[in-house]
Amino acid sequence: MAIETKLPFDQEYVRSFSEGSGEPSWLLDLRLQALAKAEELPLPKPDKTKIDQWNFTEFANHVVQSAPISSLEELPEAVKALIDLNEEVKNLYVQRDNTPAYISLSENLKEKGVIFTDIFTAVREHSELLQKYLMKDGVKIDEHRLTALHAALLNGGVFVYVPKNVEIDTPLQAVYIQESKDAALFNHVIVVAEDNSRVVYVENYISTMETSNAVVNIVAEVFANTNARVFFAAVDNLAKGTTTYVNRRGIAGRDGRIEWALGLMNDGNTVSENITRLIGDGSYGDTKTVVVGRGEQVQNFTTSVIHYGKHTEGHILKHGVVKDSATSIFNGIGKIEHGASKSNAQQESRVLMLSEKARGDANPILLIDEDDVMAGHAASVGRVDPIQLYYLMSRGIPRVEAERLIIHGFLAPVVNEIPIEGVKKQLIEVIERKVR
Amino acid sequence: MAVLTIKDLHVSVEGKEILKGVNLEVKGGEIHAIMGPNGTGKSTLSSAIMGHPKYEVTKGSITLDGQDVLEMEVDERARAGLFLAMQYPSEISGVTNADFLRAAINARLGEGNEISLMKFIRKLDEKMEFLEMNSDMAHRYLNEGFSGGEKKRNEILQLMMLEPKIAILDEIDSGLDIDALKIVSKGVNEMRSSDFGCLIITHYQRLLNYITPDYVHVMMQGRIVKSGGPELAQRLEAEGYDWIKKELGIEEETVEQEA
Ligand SMILES: Nc1ncnc2c1ncn2[C@@H]1O[C@H](COP(=O)(O)OP(=O)(O)OP(=O)(O)O)[C@@H](O)[C@H]1O
Ligand SMILES: [Mg+2]
Repeated sequence: MAIETKLPFDQEYVRSFSEGSGEPSWLLDLRLQALAKAEELPLPKPDKTKIDQWNFTEFANHVVQSAPISSLEELPEAVKALIDLNEEVKNLYVQRDNTPAYISLSENLKEKGVIFTDIFTAVREHSELLQKYLMKDGVKIDEHRLTALHAALLNGGVFVYVPKNVEIDTPLQAVYIQESKDAALFNHVIVVAEDNSRVVYVENYISTMETSNAVVNIVAEVFANTNARVFFAAVDNLAKGTTTYVNRRGIAGRDGRIEWALGLMNDGNTVSENITRLIGDGSYGDTKTVVVGRGEQVQNFTTSVIHYGKHTEGHILKHGVVKDSATSIFNGIGKIEHGASKSNAQQESRVLMLSEKARGDANPILLIDEDDVMAGHAASVGRVDPIQLYYLMSRGIPRVEAERLIIHGFLAPVVNEIPIEGVKKQLIEVIERKVR
Repeated sequence: MAVLTIKDLHVSVEGKEILKGVNLEVKGGEIHAIMGPNGTGKSTLSSAIMGHPKYEVTKGSITLDGQDVLEMEVDERARAGLFLAMQYPSEISGVTNADFLRAAINARLGEGNEISLMKFIRKLDEKMEFLEMNSDMAHRYLNEGFSGGEKKRNEILQLMMLEPKIAILDEIDSGLDIDALKIVSKGVNEMRSSDFGCLIITHYQRLLNYITPDYVHVMMQGRIVKSGGPELAQRLEAEGYDWIKKELGIEEETVEQEA
């Protein structure tokens, strides 16, 4: 059966959208190339999940005009809860659907040359930098139809740039609000940490209403150049009616470090891909993911750390809870390329099943093309341990509460790493709501 | 005053009968010790009292102050006043010792009567100091990566925080160095009162030098085969179990075989 791949937006539309946002010609070219590719390339093939009937391309509106906000007080409560409103100096970006609604960066960081701005402004004001990093060495436009479509229709996101030797102590925070029920978001995040720099970036995707047939396509590209450190935390919490493709990619240079803490809490069907490429010698990647699947949702999570440099170290931790009749597939891939001697690839995948009908699958894979390395993996799929339950209950804790403690404990590896109190609290609440 | 009464208790695991008629009464204010060779059913007795899911009571009764314990869920038994310091405590990742203890205390107090955070912290600090525990143990995950001795001490911390009516301590002394043994004993002795009854399972007289029992029982073949006072423990330490086996005509003491 041939699948109709007619896209809802054509060259002419893309051209006028790009011109309308005042984009440089290189970006228009990239978009047009990508659009052509989107028509011919196949969908990605996440292992063990069939996605060819999922809606990644059909949506009514590519752009929804929302007003910027004049005060953070105007934001919905669920969004305000994520932000420390009392903090005087904010490093914060808020986006309503695809409209940049609020941006703030401390004077101190501006003086040091830090860039933290919406992607549209970034392509106008820092065109050369963007051209260097946007879908070049991180995620490529021609990986499959969804990366191509992403580039063609990119309509939101943020650019973070930290110059050499600049260490930022406080997190940079971004909140992406989905507030129209049929909006399409093609959100692009770039984080560049130049040599010896350090940055913490925290993002939330949040729906403030029920959606139906909404499409979200996210690409994040993270670069930790020589001896730079990036800590990237995310909580995705998009509504049931949203189909999400999210691709978070990291590239670490010599002695670079990239750490991910991902709370993937979408209620709709989701394909998530998180790949960290340890290019430079001595680089380090640590990726922690926690997930809750519920209702009928189908989700596929691929996490991979690929070792190219010598003496590189990669850790993958994935903990997933699956309930109702949800399906969650966890693919973990540690890959050591030829030449990456003295590298170490470790992973742990655990799935906790809370109901008979839930389906969970943990597939740890090690691909090793070098002799002198260390590697290990642990994987399990099971129910709440009755002996642990017994232990907690023997202290007087009722069964339901004991289960709750065990589940929260199981998801703690990411929760505890979230560096913004409001975001952490909200993640705990989301987990609470989802596992109940 | 609390009374735990066990009558003609028969317990099976996976279809195999382990306990074959245990009779025992522990009252508030009393300390009982159960000794006996390996594999004779001591832990099985403690697990059956607490309600471990693998152990099936096939006959007999357990009551606490006249209430049918066997009718209760595990958590209800605990809230009724039972406590078991386990031979092998579970490790629970992601749940801090402090959060766990607070949940356990609040479960006892019930909704609306929760302990204030201040009061909880004060009590926890006090008990941890008493047991000479490093204060970072409160914020570590429950038993995760604890050494054998630290786990045992943590069981006694729970005992002191939860203040049960009747506690069963299953080999609380195994794996403890001399100093730790003294501290753990100090903890148990601190609990001693007319409102607190205790059943201590041990292999060693040593522990009973620090916690003097009122009664000593010997378990073999899934039954209590002999009871006496503290002098019984001393004789076992000096002479082993052979004389009892001879006296009772027992050849194989484990539950595996019956004469
Ligand atoms: N969960 C179980 N599954 C299978 N057999 C069991 C189980 N628990 C106990 N048993 C068996 O029951 C018998 C008594 O075990 P129990 O643990 O009660 O002995 P014990 O007296 O506590 O020994 P020890 O002094 O070594 O701790 C043993 O033969 C043991 O193998
Ligand atoms: Mg035992």
